Amino acid sequence: MTQVNRLSGGQIDREKTLNFTFDGQTYLGHDGDTLASALLANGVRLMGRSFKYHRPRGVLTAGSEEPNALVELRSGAYQEPNTRATVAELFDGLEAKSQNHLGSLKYDLLAINDRFSNFLTAGFYYKTFMWPKAFWEKIYEPIIRRAAGLGSLSLLDDPDVYDKGFLHCDLLVVGSGPSGLMAALTAARSGGDVIIADEDFVLGGRLNSETFEVATQSGSDWATHAVAELASMPNVRVMARTTIIGAFDHGIFGAVERISDHQATPLDGKPRQILWRIYSKQSIVAAGAHERPIAFENNDRPGIMLASAMRSYANRWAVTADQTVVIFTNNTDGHRTANDLTAKGVSIAAVVDTRATAPTSDAFEVLAGAQIVDSKGRLGVTQAIVELADGSRRAIDCGAIGVSGGWNPNVHLTCHQRGRPTWRENIAAFVPASSLQNGMLVAGAAVGEFSTASAFRSGADQANVALQALGLKPQSVELPQTEDAPVSITPFWYVKSGTGRAWIDQQNDVTVKDIKLSHQEGFISVEHLKRYTTLGMATDQGKTSNMGGLAVMAEMTGKTIPETGTTIYRPPYTPTAIGVLAGRARGMDFHPTRLTPSHKWANEQGAVFVEVGNWMRAQWFPKAGETHWRESVDREVLATRSSVGVCDVTTLGKIDVQGADAADFLNKVYCNGFAKLAVGKTRYGLMLREDGIAMDDGTAGRLAEDHFVVTTTTANALGVYRHMEFAHQCLFPDMDVQLISTTEAWAQYAIAGPNSRNLLQKLVDDDVDISNDAFPFMACGKITVCGGLRARLFRISFSGELAYEIAVPAHYGDAMMRKIIEVGAEFDVVPYGTEALGVMRIEKGHAAGNELNGTTTAVNLGMGRMVSKKKDSIGSTLSERPGLNTADALVQVGIKPVDPKDPVPAGAHLMNADGPVDAANDQGYATSACYSPNLGHHIALGFLKDGANRKGERMRLVSPLTGIETNVEIVSAHFVDPEGDRLRA
Amino acid sequence: MHNLSPSTALGGPDALVETIGNMTVSEVPFTALASVAARLGTEAKTKTILGAYLGQDTPAVNKLVQADTVTCFWTGSDQWMIAAPMQTHEGIASDLEALLAGNASLTEQSGGWGQFDVSGPMLEDMFERLCALPIRSMRSGDANRTRIEQIGCFVLHFGDRVSVFGPRASAASLFHALITAAKSIA
Repeated sequence: MTQVNRLSGGQIDREKTLNFTFDGQTYLGHDGDTLASALLANGVRLMGRSFKYHRPRGVLTAGSEEPNALVELRSGAYQEPNTRATVAELFDGLEAKSQNHLGSLKYDLLAINDRFSNFLTAGFYYKTFMWPKAFWEKIYEPIIRRAAGLGSLSLLDDPDVYDKGFLHCDLLVVGSGPSGLMAALTAARSGGDVIIADEDFVLGGRLNSETFEVATQSGSDWATHAVAELASMPNVRVMARTTIIGAFDHGIFGAVERISDHQATPLDGKPRQILWRIYSKQSIVAAGAHERPIAFENNDRPGIMLASAMRSYANRWAVTADQTVVIFTNNTDGHRTANDLTAKGVSIAAVVDTRATAPTSDAFEVLAGAQIVDSKGRLGVTQAIVELADGSRRAIDCGAIGVSGGWNPNVHLTCHQRGRPTWRENIAAFVPASSLQNGMLVAGAAVGEFSTASAFRSGADQANVALQALGLKPQSVELPQTEDAPVSITPFWYVKSGTGRAWIDQQNDVTVKDIKLSHQEGFISVEHLKRYTTLGMATDQGKTSNMGGLAVMAEMTGKTIPETGTTIYRPPYTPTAIGVLAGRARGMDFHPTRLTPSHKWANEQGAVFVEVGNWMRAQWFPKAGETHWRESVDREVLATRSSVGVCDVTTLGKIDVQGADAADFLNKVYCNGFAKLAVGKTRYGLMLREDGIAMDDGTAGRLAEDHFVVTTTTANALGVYRHMEFAHQCLFPDMDVQLISTTEAWAQYAIAGPNSRNLLQKLVDDDVDISNDAFPFMACGKITVCGGLRARLFRISFSGELAYEIAVPAHYGDAMMRKIIEVGAEFDVVPYGTEALGVMRIEKGHAAGNELNGTTTAVNLGMGRMVSKKKDSIGSTLSERPGLNTADALVQVGIKPVDPKDPVPAGAHLMNADGPVDAANDQGYATSACYSPNLGHHIALGFLKDGANRKGERMRLVSPLTGIETNVEIVSAHFVDPEGDRLRA
Repeated sequence: MHNLSPSTALGGPDALVETIGNMTVSEVPFTALASVAARLGTEAKTKTILGAYLGQDTPAVNKLVQADTVTCFWTGSDQWMIAAPMQTHEGIASDLEALLAGNASLTEQSGGWGQFDVSGPMLEDMFERLCALPIRSMRSGDANRTRIEQIGCFVLHFGDRVSVFGPRASAASLFHALITAAKSIA
């Protein structure tokens, strides 16, 4: 299979021939090719179908700004849509498919859309799909979903792995064209840490595409040597295949490095791509410029591309789109392409130059003051229709048209931090704002320095500005001799003659007519223009279309282009795989897992686990023969209340509070009093938010005058600790108090039930007195267990039973649990999980997260009198707000079903026994519910208006959305042991 | 002596050691840890007493010092962590509490952390995959706090090795992150 459009020279390796397929057909290419260059070499111009009209499209550019040649690369789970063929490195075995057609690329059935273009103009969907209404869900929406988007997903899990990484440098240089290389060389010679990154796989930027000499070498040779010098320096990191996707705060840049996208098989276990966060002290954006097209009727046919792209294909990849080419230009660049192609033996049928003063040539015909007004050739351009200066028309046969409308500095990264570009009249283009965030500097074509010599100069100058800012010695560098041609451009945005469509945004199929329609409909601001027409909203962010769109709108409104303004560019600069943003945080590694000290042991028991934040907690411990979780949970509850149970409560926050002012500090953060808590005692505490709402509840045990251990709920451990640190550092910095988390340092087990003391007796050392007199309810202290192991004991109960919590250093947690089970066998000790824990606390009437739900107050919780008025504490003042203290304020109650068979679901609302069921008559709601094996029916806790005075009342518990209405009775929230006899046994 | 055996953070009786390429990640179990936080007004005295214990000045911000098998690293304003082998220093928290005699607040942190030592020639390549610390500028004696795969860790630089202290309950996740990074760069 010959590559019919190969030329001589280029920077490809003809020794390495590569096989690849496109739409199932096999072709040959060479190492160094991109998919686009290889396809063109094989005479393939048709590469895709446009978004809306399904028009045949070919490649427009030679870089990442490509709007048309989007393919699906690879197959199976590795399939990736919307890959630009212009940046896809060719490798042996590459598989690519074109996108967005029904049937084949050549015979796309949806091309019929092109015939209905009048009905599919910009914003057509705002005026259609409305009638009949019933059609929306079943007909219109499915059709739109099918038609939307370009590529398709495999819907299989992404099998690649991706890494994240963090780099630090003094200077980040974005782009490795002449200005970037010179900036990096200059800065590196000062000894500063430099990173230079380029999205391309060969560094050098335009130096690889032009034929200018640089210091008597070819541009690409000079670039190769410069890169080698940089790579040899220990203070330089050269990153090829690395796109800087965004400029973020504080000089931090996001970068995606492609590790194995250019290889057929990904390396086992190695990341496919790496997302680097680059922390730079200074940065230079040397991102070059994008050439812009000129719009004319049917300017979107395969074979019509940017003139500079033609030079890239000819000079770097030794490829031409066709052997006969027409050039359309408004500046000298078009002539450069004509000369370069002629030198390679391509026939230039004509150079159509809009300028009346266009230079002539001996090698080809120059039509001065002329315009291309139309083109012919459905699946590939066959003719350019030219209108000459005298008004006459000529049809010129050709297979490719190179269009040059001037250059747009690539300002993307300078806009990510909301920099607004400014207009430079002499180059008819926008350049970055002169003062950018974080001192970002811009060099070369990106700042409008278009000649090679000025690019070098600009790179060196900006590097020295950066070095100065870094406090490093500026360097004087010898700039290589090279071309320094001035810019000579006469702005020309689109051809006015013709009644057909001229494309501005090829990826989103937005034409000049669409922009005129937008203006007509009143969407004249640049932000409205963008969103109404979707110009610039495709995956290329309008890199080759924004300018053209602005120019058309400016003309419509009679404003200048700078007056019309620009929209903002946002990261990522080019499409980025979601996988690389996720890095390793996927699947089971989505977040870290926290395992309790008894986890290994619980696993051995076959416990069923539940995720509680990052924690894995045993939910219940099924025994052989149990088939339903209720069997296990009911058993655990009954066994604990009849003898003894053990539960791992390590996850509850533990905060060690010490210092001379520890007690006073706790007095500030808790609404109830702690200053007078005796040493050796624990107290239940309620913390309020500053607005008086209950934040968290727990206990504080006083181990010494200046030493407390504060406990929190599992979910609020971090929140409370942060709150206490804030209170200490910002509210009470003059208090002598030190805080540290000890949640993980101590394994803590609840031992609950009538036999809990008996079990504990077998663990504590002989000198420890845990009799009811010596260690009464709410006592605490440091003890030793098992022959001298340091431990802490707290006599507190969440279950309402006689209960203790014993803490040992976490590395003894596993051994301790096993010991508890061993010595507890005598009392049939049963391990219980979070479900049984929940049932018992509901039976006891203990508030938990469901009750402290961010809207409830101490009054609602039945703890109004706990808010001490003898001292100021956080939340105390605002807890007195009238709105929180109305006569009919919600108060916690118990709810039981009238019919014992009925459940009483949490979330259901309480309504009076008679009367309407609606929000206006809402009396309250159920918060926590469970089946109580002790009582033999379901029970719930809830909030009820004026609940304290409504015990015994019959009400309805309703959930209108799910059709629930149950008769219930309001009872005390303390279903089990309401007098607390068991607690104090 | 009590009869309970300690377990490592990864749940074994023994430490886990994995070698990937030329990098080694070793669990270092049973490190005794004590947190020392000076009290208000006794910062200088605390530094003096602690310095005497270490035989040198307490470490400055983001630094560590070593005194024989004892390592002391800075963890906050007038706050340090003391680390030593549990075999010889299990009682370090109570020892220091006695020594500091109320000038500072002491907590035992031994059970709260898992320690992993990373050694090999590609330390910098590995840590630039793991955390935002400027690892290439870090030298022996630097101590930092950072996040590794959402886990808050201390990272201590000892020249030929780096010690990572992470919360004990997340030890398995942290170890997994270290091994994954080692495989990535191998």
